[in-house]
Amino acid sequence: MNSEIVFHFLGVCIVAGPALLLALLGTTSLINKPLGERLIAKATQTVVMMGLFAAIAVLVLMLASGKRYVPVEMGNWVVLPAQHFHFHLKFIFDRLSIPFCILSFILCGTIGAFASRYLHRESGFNRFFICYSLFLLGMIVSSLAGTIETLFFGWELVGLASALLVAFFHERINPVRNGLRIWSIYRIADAAFLVAAIMLHHLTGAGDFAELMGTGSWPDGQATISEQHALFIGLLLLFAAAGKSALVPFSGWLPRAMEGPTPSSAVFYGSLSVHLGAYLLLRVSPILELSPLLSLAVILLGLVSAIFGTLVARVQTDIKSALAFASLTQVGIIVVEIGCGLRYIALIHIIGHACLRTFQLLRAPSLFHDYHSLENAIGAHLTQKPSLWVRIMPERYRVSLYRFELERGYLDMLCNRLIVTPFVGLFRYCDSLESRWTNLISGEERRESEPITPASDSLEEI
Amino acid sequence: MLPELHLPWMEISVLITLLGSIWLKFTPDRDRAYQRCLRICTLTLLVTICGWIDFISLKSFEASEPFSLFSQLFNKKLFVVDDLSAPLLPLAALLYLLTVLSTLKTKGHSFSFSNTLISEAILLSTLSSKETWIIILLLSAATIPPLLEFRSNKRSSRVYVLHMGLFIILLVAGGLLSSFKDHNDTISLIAGALLTTAALLRNGIIPLHCWMTDLFEKITFGTALLFVTPMTGAYAILRLVFPIAPDWALQGIAIVSLITAVYAAGMALVQQEARRFFCYLFLSHSSLVLVGLEMATPLGLTGGLCVWISVGISLAGFALTLRSVEARTGRISLKTYHGLYEHTPTLAGLFLVTGLASIGFPGTLGFIGTELLIEGVIEVYPLVGTAVVIATALNSIAILQVYFRVFTGTHHAASISLRARIPEHVAILILVALVIGGGLFPQPGVISRNHAANQLIQLRDEAFQKRKSSADSRISVNKNQMNQSIIP
Repeated sequence: MNSEIVFHFLGVCIVAGPALLLALLGTTSLINKPLGERLIAKATQTVVMMGLFAAIAVLVLMLASGKRYVPVEMGNWVVLPAQHFHFHLKFIFDRLSIPFCILSFILCGTIGAFASRYLHRESGFNRFFICYSLFLLGMIVSSLAGTIETLFFGWELVGLASALLVAFFHERINPVRNGLRIWSIYRIADAAFLVAAIMLHHLTGAGDFAELMGTGSWPDGQATISEQHALFIGLLLLFAAAGKSALVPFSGWLPRAMEGPTPSSAVFYGSLSVHLGAYLLLRVSPILELSPLLSLAVILLGLVSAIFGTLVARVQTDIKSALAFASLTQVGIIVVEIGCGLRYIALIHIIGHACLRTFQLLRAPSLFHDYHSLENAIGAHLTQKPSLWVRIMPERYRVSLYRFELERGYLDMLCNRLIVTPFVGLFRYCDSLESRWTNLISGEERRESEPITPASDSLEEI
Repeated sequence: MLPELHLPWMEISVLITLLGSIWLKFTPDRDRAYQRCLRICTLTLLVTICGWIDFISLKSFEASEPFSLFSQLFNKKLFVVDDLSAPLLPLAALLYLLTVLSTLKTKGHSFSFSNTLISEAILLSTLSSKETWIIILLLSAATIPPLLEFRSNKRSSRVYVLHMGLFIILLVAGGLLSSFKDHNDTISLIAGALLTTAALLRNGIIPLHCWMTDLFEKITFGTALLFVTPMTGAYAILRLVFPIAPDWALQGIAIVSLITAVYAAGMALVQQEARRFFCYLFLSHSSLVLVGLEMATPLGLTGGLCVWISVGISLAGFALTLRSVEARTGRISLKTYHGLYEHTPTLAGLFLVTGLASIGFPGTLGFIGTELLIEGVIEVYPLVGTAVVIATALNSIAILQVYFRVFTGTHHAASISLRARIPEHVAILILVALVIGGGLFPQPGVISRNHAANQLIQLRDEAFQKRKSSADSRISVNKNQMNQSIIP
């Protein structure tokens, strides 16, 4: 059998599995006949195993044949030849995508198995797995994307799944508010990504990574655009990556994301989703190399995020938030590594950190039981030695720093004051002007819908 | 000579709706009226689909209707279907069918089935007409059914009357000026400006959009929805303004539309009531459609036409979901959380799917259209084009915010079952199939819209060439006359 056909078959298996899972769970829910818990767990397990083994098979074949770059062409999804517009569906297997793809399957598989027990008899069990399959599909598409448009496709799926999972516990306001906050940040970051993708498409005439990053396979590609263009597009991509990976100043969403169920917190915000920004920077690293200024910006942003993360993580009062900021520290360091051009180290760091953090987050709830058992056994609280900082820093500064850390760098407050409040205020003012204008014309004092009461003909009234 | 369809499909569909409307006038029983209206709307949809298929089989840019009753009466080809209008007709018929299908019995007394069919007949006629005066007449007539509902609900219709009155005056004045046989460039420009302002007003461009929010507040959701979602303002621009307006004027309209898109997206974020929220959301999207249409480039125009179809389907589905929720709980306040997910999971699912489709979420009907639109705009205005992306981002935040407000955040205690009824389920499944199916297999739709866009641009270029050559010949005649007067 031709090796290309084998690669194509395996590539299709990897992507089609999560897509089929999503279609199955989504369709049964829409026709109001959701599957049972056992069936959902079985379907998830089957899809993950199929994808994982197919990805491993691709890796083995690549190692055996010595190929470093295997494109799997799916053809044009949409093509307008006269306008030179095409949406090309292409997946690539290289030294960046294969590890990320296998990592996604392993961690998602672990979490799928964990969640089927953790969420047993939870009313949103089916809903969780719909979001889970959406996330898995998004991660796989993003990991294997061979064009920037395909990467954007997966990127968006991941964003939606993340926001919906943070708001998983529907009956409380806080998770929902946090879900919206995350969605807002993601959408703003996605807007930057979309503009960058279209600019790149214009500059190079194609969204294909092989065209964008030169002829060499990752990490040896060389981008062909000018330094100024690289700086402009790179900054947009850095903005997008910062939003997705919760780098400063977008870090506020990471602890908020912990409001979702523990399995989703572990796999999405602790390990996979939070690394997607770093993955984007790795994928476009030939662009970063073109502009020293851009590389400097990447290093600085990573450094600031890492320092911020490590400071804030130390004073968090709940374990999930502490782990979230600890994740941020590591992601910051990974970004610094990318900025310094240490691509393999960054990739290894991502894999190691993702696995460790997932298990840490999964272990977190039971850790307290063990902690209490230990303290009960010894009959006293465990003692902690004051850290070096506590010993050498004057108390005045320590208090200020503590306040800064406890308030998470005032980032959320700054964001509200500088962006949200003026924005909402401006449009509320416009709304009141419109209200006055329509009242003036219609000769009525108020809007019909302002004092909202249930209509007399609503079903509940009847 | 125009090729002809095999049957006068458009005329049949218009006659079905008109006769159906008369039939329903004499049907006092609401349940029976609902059933009959449903059958008429289904039949109309089938006829328009047959017309579309017939048109596709001709492989022509446009086609006229054979043995047409109206043509014989008025001695003119009244119904002409072309690449632009062919899919818009079934889309319009589908909107009416789904709206009627999802009308609950509780809303039956306030939603007039008979008037709905009349407005459907007017809409179908408008979308299958290319004659300036017929379009003007039908666009003016379409404003009457909502006005009747204002009156029957005993609500102040001043805002609506003022705006629609101005709309009709501008349309008629523009039509009159453009119909002068020997008009010069200034008159042509004024005529174009008047028609443009009228069409923009009908589309709800700022600051002339307040009639739309007033409309949504004061008449039934269904009627308001059917008045605005077919986007006849955009149709008027394409038919009346696009062929005559110079590039700079079209790009001016695009900028105004872009400002409206961003403004309306911002306003959607701060609304405290669901109908007003939907109104601004729709306004933002319809303005984005106009942005694409006015680019006058094949890519931008194709994007605009694709977004037109996707917004038509997705936002209509979105509004129908809101309407279904409203029918259960009354007017929906966005100040508080309602927590309806537990009771209406399928409605929540549809709300999310259609809302995401409208913002061009990957895998849905709007994705490729939005990509094309953004690419088309950035091609002409690289920096200004990013405003389209900003408007889309704001809209997406507004949609999820309202999803959370309506379906989550609290536990809703209901005394009776609020689950979607079977007709609503059918409507939901049809819409989801269209939204997801169109998203996964976008190529045929995109090709069809691209073909329409190319043809529209070609017609526009031909019109400009014709005007240029007539102007050149006029100048040469004047020169000859001057030379003759100078030479003794």
